[in-house]
Amino acid sequence: MPDARDAILERICSATRRGADENAPARAAEEFAAIARPYLRAGRLDAEARLHLFIDRLHDYDAHVVETSADSLPRTIANVLQQHGQRKVIAADGLPHEMLPRDFEFLAEREAGIEDLNECDGIVTVCTVAIASTGTIVLAHGPGEGARRLSLIPDRHLCVVRAHQVVETVPEAFDRLAPSATHPLTFISGPSATADIEMTRIRGVHGPRFLDVVVVR
Amino acid sequence: MTIRVAESAQAPSFQKAALPLLEDAQLRRNVRHATDVIQLKRAQVVAETVDWQELRTTASDTKAHTLRYLDHYLLQFEKACTAAGGQVHWAADADDANRIVADLVRGYGGNEVIKIKTMTSDETGLNEALEHEGIRAHETDLAELIIQLGRDRPSHIVAPALHKNRSQVREIFRETMHLPDLGDRPEDLTAAARRYLREKFLRVKVGICGANFLVAETGSVCIVESEGNGRMCLTMPEVLISLAGIEKVIPSFQDLEVFLQLLPRSATGERMNPYNSLWTGVHANDGPKHFHVVLLDNGRTSVLADAEARQTLHCIRCAACLNACPVYRQTSGLAYGSSYSGPIGAIVTPQLLNMEHGQSLPYASSLCGACYEVCPVKIDIPEVLIHLRGRVVREQKSALDAEALAMKMAAAIFASRRRFEAAQRLGRLAQGPLVRKGWFGNLPGLLGNWTRVRDLRALPPQTFREWWKQRAKNAERSGHA
Amino acid sequence: MRVSLFITCYNDTLFPATGQAVVRLLERLGHTVDFNPEQTCCGQMHYNTGYQQEALPLLRRFVRIYRDAEAVCVPSSSCVAMMRDHYPKMAAEQNDAGLARAVDELLPRVYELTELLVHRFGLEDVGAYFPHRVTYHASCHSQRSLHLGDLPLRLLRKVRGIELVDLPNIDRCCGFGGTFAVKMGDVSAAMLAEKMRDVENTRAEVVTAVDNSCLMHIFGGLHRQRAGVETAHIAEILAATESDEVPA
Repeated sequence: MPDARDAILERICSATRRGADENAPARAAEEFAAIARPYLRAGRLDAEARLHLFIDRLHDYDAHVVETSADSLPRTIANVLQQHGQRKVIAADGLPHEMLPRDFEFLAEREAGIEDLNECDGIVTVCTVAIASTGTIVLAHGPGEGARRLSLIPDRHLCVVRAHQVVETVPEAFDRLAPSATHPLTFISGPSATADIEMTRIRGVHGPRFLDVVVVR
Repeated sequence: MTIRVAESAQAPSFQKAALPLLEDAQLRRNVRHATDVIQLKRAQVVAETVDWQELRTTASDTKAHTLRYLDHYLLQFEKACTAAGGQVHWAADADDANRIVADLVRGYGGNEVIKIKTMTSDETGLNEALEHEGIRAHETDLAELIIQLGRDRPSHIVAPALHKNRSQVREIFRETMHLPDLGDRPEDLTAAARRYLREKFLRVKVGICGANFLVAETGSVCIVESEGNGRMCLTMPEVLISLAGIEKVIPSFQDLEVFLQLLPRSATGERMNPYNSLWTGVHANDGPKHFHVVLLDNGRTSVLADAEARQTLHCIRCAACLNACPVYRQTSGLAYGSSYSGPIGAIVTPQLLNMEHGQSLPYASSLCGACYEVCPVKIDIPEVLIHLRGRVVREQKSALDAEALAMKMAAAIFASRRRFEAAQRLGRLAQGPLVRKGWFGNLPGLLGNWTRVRDLRALPPQTFREWWKQRAKNAERSGHA
Repeated sequence: MRVSLFITCYNDTLFPATGQAVVRLLERLGHTVDFNPEQTCCGQMHYNTGYQQEALPLLRRFVRIYRDAEAVCVPSSSCVAMMRDHYPKMAAEQNDAGLARAVDELLPRVYELTELLVHRFGLEDVGAYFPHRVTYHASCHSQRSLHLGDLPLRLLRKVRGIELVDLPNIDRCCGFGGTFAVKMGDVSAAMLAEKMRDVENTRAEVVTAVDNSCLMHIFGGLHRQRAGVETAHIAEILAATESDEVPA
């Protein structure tokens, strides 16, 4: 309805006591740039402390965390999958091959239908950035991160996070995400949860009930 | 144009609606428990955030700035969203919005929708409007599902079923989901909801959501949630429709670094809620093929026009003010006659309705200030409440109203020392018949609301000023002696 | 110092003992107290109930009476909150530069009683004696508008003989809220019930605060229940000494 659009825009102009004004975008940009941002943007921890905080926060959310090295990554992934008795596991498209254990057969994301997602034991992805202060992993759904439904429908999500991907603060994460700003973005902080009944936190309502994070040092 | 906010035009006054709720011991116990738990969690995660006050200030400045240039930012959003494959619609009022959504759903051949909890659709009464058009809406947030299946009303902005305890929820699920053996542990109830909804997530073709933030710069929409029902509705259907108030826009992607720190801590006392989703228009091979945004005014521009109350539109619907409010704590949100409840509801509802309904709401506060203290975007709610009381007095009250006359008289008394002292003496004389053994009995009129549950001492035999005068006289006398 | 007392309309009329205690206390500390009988009310009741126009003459009256005062002492945080939170804005709206300036110049010299004692006089021990079990209620305006923090508690801790006990939920509103208590009488009563439960759990003999308005409300409820708990404005505790008769 173009008339509703015009009417709303006009009401806004008269409410803010500004007529139609060609300079508004320029002035808005100038005023916006002048907004003070005195909050913490950069973190203060060294790399070791940052990783420690990240892992600590993940534990707070009931996520399962395993630390490993780049060399042992495939074995670690195999161990985690085995530990939880996972057989049918889907690997996100674009996941680096050298990361995955050779003796484990993965179903490729591109070949998995909704039924496969609904029935599988779990999935494996990487992420774009992780935030230590909040225990968050962020998927920009690029190569290796899967389409959004991949990390949503299955019951178990294994996410590989490399140490250099972990930042301390939320603003640092947004700096790293800026190039992906128009990608679909999913911030994941622990398994899906609800506290709608008597404020009791229950894990796993609709998203994965289990989140395994493999941290690669 | 007909502005409507849920059922608020037909709602009884706050004090009337509160009465049966105050009698409901179970409800009050549930509300006390829930708000105590959330407040404690919030206090902990706020205390550990060393730059909390700085974040609040930047958030408030950002919102104030955005509102000054709201038209510019909305147009920027529209352009970016459209370029990314989305379609933007504008709705002047609730009916407009409901009609746009219903037309879209029907246009895609749907007769069912799955919904993420959205306050805005409660505001417009979307579910009822869709039902009228033969379209069935399934709420997918656990609390909203409890409300929908129990044919109840939401009592809280973030946790709408907080007034129900586990056994009450079990009864609702047992009956409506036909599960005679359902247990009453929250785990059992949550699992039942998971099974009930999963089939719908995989089948229904149209999803409806609100928006926590609209990013002008990129045309992206952000949804903050916990359960994953949001992600289901945002990614599984073929068509996605987002109904968003025009005040939801923020200038840049980077602004989220502020709001995404404030909102989860304020709303649920978490450092970050389990899931935040952002998307921009339509993404190839991932998620819905069609995306629509409906931008809703429904009275927001008239709030914008009132410079003193404009800050109301800063609200990010975190409900921290509800949890902190000692009034909400007694009544729950059900007394506010609108899906917007608590302190923020008391200022949002009457303003959206241009003060034509909900005039009792600005008085549903003791002005204790707990709401302002916790507000992550620094809305000075007590200040706005007082301003709106002024509007009620100026715009709604007849000059012959008993309260208005009493206030005029009091003003005349305070305007003169002579009249003030005379009133003090007269009060002492006139109280005679109402006083027994130094205490007032039942007082007439509004003051009877005091003496129904509280005692009141009779006026003392001497005012302070009389004592002062007497003392000066005594001093003078002893000085002369 | 010469202290000008703004007693407030309801203390003047309903709680003269509080004013007398303020005078006794300040004089004991070596100050001179002034009382200008032209004073009436700060305008809060009108302003907060929506009668903002009616509050304006009371602002002008306050400024006229106190503009030359060295320090104004107000034994009520909510009246001070009215002045600090609203007077500057009210004056600015009048487009009266003289009035706005006068308000700006006067407000820094207006003190709530405990601010005067601790901030202006630098005192915590005022030489009081009060041998009772006491709990302190932090009134809403005292903490959220004046940000008194623990000022009143610092003064109370130095009172000899006092047994000070923490009030649970010390910062929760008692439900008074001016005209709120009668306009929303039932909700206010429910809030009061919670406050009384907290008070009774402390097993205190006396509840104190920096505002008689809250105390009138809390005492009104306690007395109706025949709870046997008294209330006393903080001035009355700080003014009490060994030589007094048994107070409270």
